[in-house]
Amino acid sequence: MAAKFDFNDDNVVVIIGSGAGGGTVGNELAQKGVNVVVLEAGKRYDITDFINDEWASFAQLAWTDARTTSGTWRVAKNFPNLPAWIVKAVGGTSIHWAGASLRLQAHELKALTTYGHVAGANLLDWPLTLEELEPYYARAEDKMGVTRTNGIPGLPGNNNFKVFHAGAEKIGYKDCDTGHMAINSQPRDDRNACQQTGFCFQGCKWGAKWSTLYTEIPKGEKTGHMEVRSESRVLRIEHDDDGKVKAVVYVDKDGNHQRQKARVVCVAGNSIESPRILLNSASSKFPDGLANSSGQVGRNYMRHTTGSVYAVFEKPVHMYRGTTMAGVIRDEARHDPSRGFVGGYEFETLSLGIPFMAAFLDPGAWGRSFTSAMDDYPNMAGLWIVGEDMPQETNRVTLSATVKDAFGLPVADVHFDDHPNDVAMRNHAYAQGTRLYDAVGAIRTLPTPPYPSTHNLGTNRMSEKPRDGVVNKWGQSHDIKNLFVSDGSQFTTGGAENPTLTIVTLAIRQAEYIASQMTARAI
Amino acid sequence: MLERHGAHCAPQSPGRRLFLRRSSEMAFAAAVAIGSGGALINATEAWGLEVKGLKPETMKTLILMSRDIYPHDRIPDRNYAIAAKPFDEKAAADPKQKAMFENGVAELDMLAGPGGYVGLGWEADRVAVLHKISDTPMFEAVRSTLVVSLYNQKEIWPIFGYEGESFSKGGYIHRGFNDLDWL
Repeated sequence: MAAKFDFNDDNVVVIIGSGAGGGTVGNELAQKGVNVVVLEAGKRYDITDFINDEWASFAQLAWTDARTTSGTWRVAKNFPNLPAWIVKAVGGTSIHWAGASLRLQAHELKALTTYGHVAGANLLDWPLTLEELEPYYARAEDKMGVTRTNGIPGLPGNNNFKVFHAGAEKIGYKDCDTGHMAINSQPRDDRNACQQTGFCFQGCKWGAKWSTLYTEIPKGEKTGHMEVRSESRVLRIEHDDDGKVKAVVYVDKDGNHQRQKARVVCVAGNSIESPRILLNSASSKFPDGLANSSGQVGRNYMRHTTGSVYAVFEKPVHMYRGTTMAGVIRDEARHDPSRGFVGGYEFETLSLGIPFMAAFLDPGAWGRSFTSAMDDYPNMAGLWIVGEDMPQETNRVTLSATVKDAFGLPVADVHFDDHPNDVAMRNHAYAQGTRLYDAVGAIRTLPTPPYPSTHNLGTNRMSEKPRDGVVNKWGQSHDIKNLFVSDGSQFTTGGAENPTLTIVTLAIRQAEYIASQMTARAI
Repeated sequence: MLERHGAHCAPQSPGRRLFLRRSSEMAFAAAVAIGSGGALINATEAWGLEVKGLKPETMKTLILMSRDIYPHDRIPDRNYAIAAKPFDEKAAADPKQKAMFENGVAELDMLAGPGGYVGLGWEADRVAVLHKISDTPMFEAVRSTLVVSLYNQKEIWPIFGYEGESFSKGGYIHRGFNDLDWL
């Protein structure tokens, strides 16, 4: 039975956001008997509401509130008000994600030590090691039902995977399979097995793909210690005279301003909204925003070095059938500077339907070169590049000086320029992806630019020293002991792996810490 | 990274040629007539389109411009007319939009010379004109609308071999998710 807490209950943990980070930390705390109030800006849907239609689903789920962009990234030109393709709904972007669940590599957690000083990059080691994270990774994999862990078989490969796998073998890659996916290959945890429907990005109508919407959140509610308030748009976090946070002010679904008192606040609104909330909470005591004595809030915005390669073959592929991300190649995920860049990248299959292929294949393109590629859609295979990008202080979420939201608060501006390392990595990946498809008979290959960001990271980063970042190794603000960051914005660096598994891992670990600190009356 | 072409082109997949092919390259100007009351009428494809905000001639030009921006020979004019409807709707709702489309098409006709844009028989000649206005707000408004209003028409998805919604059919687990056999 879902709980209902009083606005003046100052013993609750208030969590802003209900995605992979917020939903997980909320359930983990609720399981320990800690009372939590989850404030979610979006609506609450049921899986039966999800739509197998790209634009209709986008209209239903995507975060389309005003944002602005700047910088030299192509997204700023083609999608100036859509820097990120993320979700505004209970469950957050765990509704949209593709399910790839790879652990960070040991050396990636020591990026500065491993890569050395890279000009223009603000690299730093995580204040955490892989060894410290491993037990929590294991718990996250079990919770999420990740294939190829816990005795769970891998998913079967679809047509897109068959092409991908054959190409990988031909060019000598050794580490290619259907991935570690948080998609049920057999029924588990009261959820169906994958029916190879496609439309993973549009919300899994079978519930086969893990999402907090139908795992963590109902489980948390069942404890009687968790209340989820949907359509609750947070405006700011308030603090007391001692500088501890004490309440969260939000607009509820009826448009009324509410003020929920809090013992602890966890910010988990994804890497654009989380720093925005901290910056919009500036006060006379914290004139640069909460948790921002380092000046790092909003900085070091990372989005992974991405891109796609689509390839046309003589015979049909029908890549859209089955799981959207149906395979992973990890051969390029190593750190090997002889390739001309530091860090590594993964290849993962990807497909888009006709509506989104038209929008994203070569944004802004027109004429026969473009339409002849569209005409070859049934014979197309596709892959996505996801690699480590360099944190840069100037890649940054700031408050817009000109654009305000419906509540009069400045919207987020997202500034991004590729680092030369990002460009070198992407070009290497385009060339390798092209080689892979050429090796199995591609007659045309289409290097496709990055989509609006799905992996948004780093804007409230973890650091050992308070001057280098926003939070410590528990995701706890260096400045404010009862303020936590629970989403991907706490990543010190991005690694080459899809971030959700690590977000969940950190959330499980953070919940233990919060509960123990509360018991010890430290917070 | 440049797009790479092989030496040969992909053959049509089976079934594609079953779809209605549009009227011939030269015929658009004649195929779409302006009826009494200002509606556009295509007798061959048996469709009509009432024009509310723009001059019928302007709408006719925008339909051909839509095809020239995203040319798919197997898609009939009808679907380009549907894709162009938002331009007329925007013009009917907003005088500024109306002026943008009317002025933009007038510029196209001026650049095309005697006979105007629809009088240019070859796509290549019309595309050459489009390139001259491709950095204008009107062109970008047309293109960015079309990329949704054309490709989001479910009716044309089969032409691209795209099957759309699959949940109601039980996904593809028993319907060919791994039926590729040519590798």
